[in-house]
Formats: sequence, structure tokens, C-alpha cells
Amino acid sequence: MRDAFALYFRYISASFRGQMQYRASFIMMTLAHFLMTGLEFLAIWVLFARFEHLGSWRLEEVCLFYGLINMAFALADATSRGFDMFHHMVKTGDFDRLLLRPRSTVTQLAGQEFTLRRIGRFSQGLLVFLYAAQALSIEWTVAKVALVAFTIAGGACLFYGLIVLQATMAFWTTESLEIVNTVTYGGVQTAQYPLTIYRTWFRQVFTYIVPLASISYYPSLALLEKADPLGSDPVFQWLSPAIGIAFFLLCLQIWHIGVRHYRSTGS
Amino acid sequence: MRAYWALFSGRLRMLLQYRTAALAGLTTQLFWGLIRVMAFEAFYRSSSKAMPLSIEQTVDYIWLGQAFLMLLPVRLDAEIRAMVRTGSVAYELVRPLDLYALWYARTIASCLAPTVLRCMPLCIIALFVFDMRLPSSPASAMAFALSMMVALLLASALSNLLNITLLWTLAGEGMAHIAQVATFLFCGMIVPLPLFPDFLQPILVYLPFAGLMDLPFRLYTGHIAAAEITSVLARQIFWTVALVLCGRWLLSRGTRVLVAQGG
Repeated sequence: MRDAFALYFRYISASFRGQMQYRASFIMMTLAHFLMTGLEFLAIWVLFARFEHLGSWRLEEVCLFYGLINMAFALADATSRGFDMFHHMVKTGDFDRLLLRPRSTVTQLAGQEFTLRRIGRFSQGLLVFLYAAQALSIEWTVAKVALVAFTIAGGACLFYGLIVLQATMAFWTTESLEIVNTVTYGGVQTAQYPLTIYRTWFRQVFTYIVPLASISYYPSLALLEKADPLGSDPVFQWLSPAIGIAFFLLCLQIWHIGVRHYRSTGS
Repeated sequence: MRAYWALFSGRLRMLLQYRTAALAGLTTQLFWGLIRVMAFEAFYRSSSKAMPLSIEQTVDYIWLGQAFLMLLPVRLDAEIRAMVRTGSVAYELVRPLDLYALWYARTIASCLAPTVLRCMPLCIIALFVFDMRLPSSPASAMAFALSMMVALLLASALSNLLNITLLWTLAGEGMAHIAQVATFLFCGMIVPLPLFPDFLQPILVYLPFAGLMDLPFRLYTGHIAAAEITSVLARQIFWTVALVLCGRWLLSRGTRVLVAQGG
């Protein structure tokens, strides 16, 4: 385990050095990423300027949802490039090389790249979150700060799990299934608003099948100390991000099934 | 002219091959549209004030935005980028054709093919399954179709301008990204333009981006009366010509500073 971490950090530091060779390009891409993901926030701001509130929710509360989900996704997005590009490895047969090395495939793929320009989305989410944190009259205790960290970690795990799942499907299809984008990018889009605004069936998909609610809606309610219109228990709200981590572990198990099923296309 | 036509139709046929990608894209777009529609419905429910756009018009507008997404300069021409990087752009310069027209013909095809593949099925599903409505009148339908055709030329002129910035390898790419951001925001793709704050309205309608989506979509929903078609077309054509001239000027500058790489 320690060995795997040491290896991972070596991979990552190599990746950092690689990306820093093109500094001007890096700065420009990060800035563009910041602006592009910031558009979504601008849209929310424009809508609140026009409609003033969204049901019983205010702009500052939606900012909280928005900040949390974007930070979580940015973390997963930055560290999962290897899985994202995995279908190319299946197509070319390059995955064989990974299997020959005496280290876990997950460590090797996760270590492929740490995409630094995703700081663009992360910092943008962080700014919005900080704005919400001081604009809302939340009493910040150690427990609540810990819950924020737990929520972001749970969210990053959930998205990472989805990306691993997408990569796993390549064992059978040798193609990347873009459909998964609807729950990753679409999930971010969905979770930047409180779940109560959506239709019931849609809410259920993002509660039970892809447990997005557990890393966004429920912990945010606990932070806001707001009574849930859907009637969930506060204890559950505090613990719910653990579901994101469990989802990730489940996806890793499915990945291992996929690896056993792998047949090289190599030539 | 024949050469440009051949180039256009060749590229169009090539791009029409990617049907699976279009299907995957279609699903994504449907999903996206659905999230947007639900969010807007929630906003409309929570306010009793009179809005500049009715909820029905907003729903139509959102679905049209999803249907015509591929018209926007979502990605730059990868081949032109590769040509500049490898130096084979030099071949383009020696062709006995007008380079701007050559690239413009290519770009029109690259805007048209994915849009055609995506907009038909998406509109049909949105019309039958998700509360999208038909154009508000036959006259509106005609006006919409006309305006959409000019929107294609306008969108291609914009994409082509961004492609030309690729001649300045790095700085160009950064510029192009910023321009993409502006396009998405100010064409109405993210939030319908009439819902923007009132003080921005006079600026928004005169920017080139409104002609890409907002103006034709408002003709469709009847938010702009079909009788005003001439003023809409005039604005769209003005910007198309302006962007073409701008692109030509930039291309002539670009070919002067261009260093053909390679060996």
C-alpha cells in the first residue's frame, strides 16, 4: 500500500514537471478553463437577477451547492485522465504492458496524469463556495468544516467511480461510451441546484442509481441546518457522503472483473 | 466556384459518416435539455412577476438551442491546427485558389453536417415527448428557416475567423478559447437573451452572437414577429460580411508572419 502511494507520487511529480514545460500554454488553458466553467455560474446569477429566488432557495444557498459539486468534480477530473483515455489503450493493445508490471493497474492508470489546468474549475468552485460560506449565516464549527471536506472527498470519489465505470465498459466495447458523460458532466449540472426542483423520477435516478444526492443535497442541508422538504434525518445527512466512497469501492470491484475479462487486441 | 463546391460537398459527405457519434451526442443533448427545462420551470414557478419570455417560449428556445448546438464553434478545425503545426499549411498556400474561400467552404460543411445530423431527431423527440411546440405560425416558420440559413453562414464566418487565429499557434488558441466563451454566453445558448438584465439588452441585440441563435429562435417562438424578418436578416448579414472581411484581413496578416515548420 505504502509502496503504491510512493509510486503514485513519483508518477504525479513527473506529470507536473511535464506540464510545466509549456508554461504559457498552461496558464492560458487554465484561464480558459476557469472562464468556461464560470459561465455556468454567470447563468445562475443572471437567472436569480431575473427571478430573485428559486422556490424556497436563495442565490447564496445555490452557490453552496454549486461550489461543493464543482470542487469535487474538478478533483476527480484532474486525477482520472488515465481512465478517461483508457479506451485508446484497449484499442492499441497498450494495456498489455500495464498488466506485465508488478503493480496494480489502478495505481498505474491513476498515475498517468494529474491534469493541472483543472485548477481552473476548482478555483472557480472554491471562490463561489467561499462567497456562499460568508454570505450565509452559517456558524462554522470544526465539525462543519470537516463535513465540507468529507462532502468534497465523497463527491470526488463518486465521480471517480463513474469514470472508472466508463473505462471498464471499454473492456467489452473497446469504445468509450459517451453516455456516461450525461451522469458526470450532467451530474455536475444537475447538482448545482437543490434536488427538490426536479421531477420525481429524475430525483430518484440521482438518489438511488447514481447517488449524487448523498454528496450534494443531503450534506448541504446539514450545513445549512435547513429542514428537508423531502423529510430526511439530520444524522443521515451528516453521514451521507460515505455513500460516495462506497460507490467508488464498488466501481473498483467491477473494474477488477473487467480486467479478468480483458482479451488483448494487440498485434 | 466548382472547386469550392467540390470541397464543400466532399467534406460534408465525410462528416455525415459519423452517425454513432451523433447518436451518443443526441442522448447527451436530450439529457442536457431536460435538466435545463426542469430548472427553468422551477424558476418560473417561483416568480409571479411578468417575464419578458413566457415559459412555453423558453422551453422551445432551450430545445432549439440543444438542436443547433453544433452550429457554434465548439471545436476548432483539428486539420488546420495540424497543418500549422507540421508545416503542411505551406501546400495550402500554393494552391491556385483563394485560401479564405477554400477554408470558408470547408468550415460551412463542418458546421452544417453535424447540425443536420443532430437537429432533426432532437427536434422530433422534443416535439413529441418533451413539450416543445411547433413554430407559432407558418409565417414564423418561414422566417425562422430563412434566418437559420443566414445563421449558418454567420456561424461559419465566426468559426473560420477562429480557425485563422490558429496561424499564431499559441496566442491564437488562447484567443479562440476566450471567443468561444463569449459566443456561448451571448448567443443565448446558456440563458435565453431576453432573460438577461434589462440594462444589457440594447448591447446584446447588436452583438454578432445574437444572430447565431437568439434572433432565429425568437422568430420561431413568435417573440419577434415574422414581419420583422428584414431587420433580423439585415443584422445577421451585416455581421456575416463584417466577420468575413475581418477573417480575410487576418488571414493576409497571418500568411505574412507564418513560418512553415517541418523538414
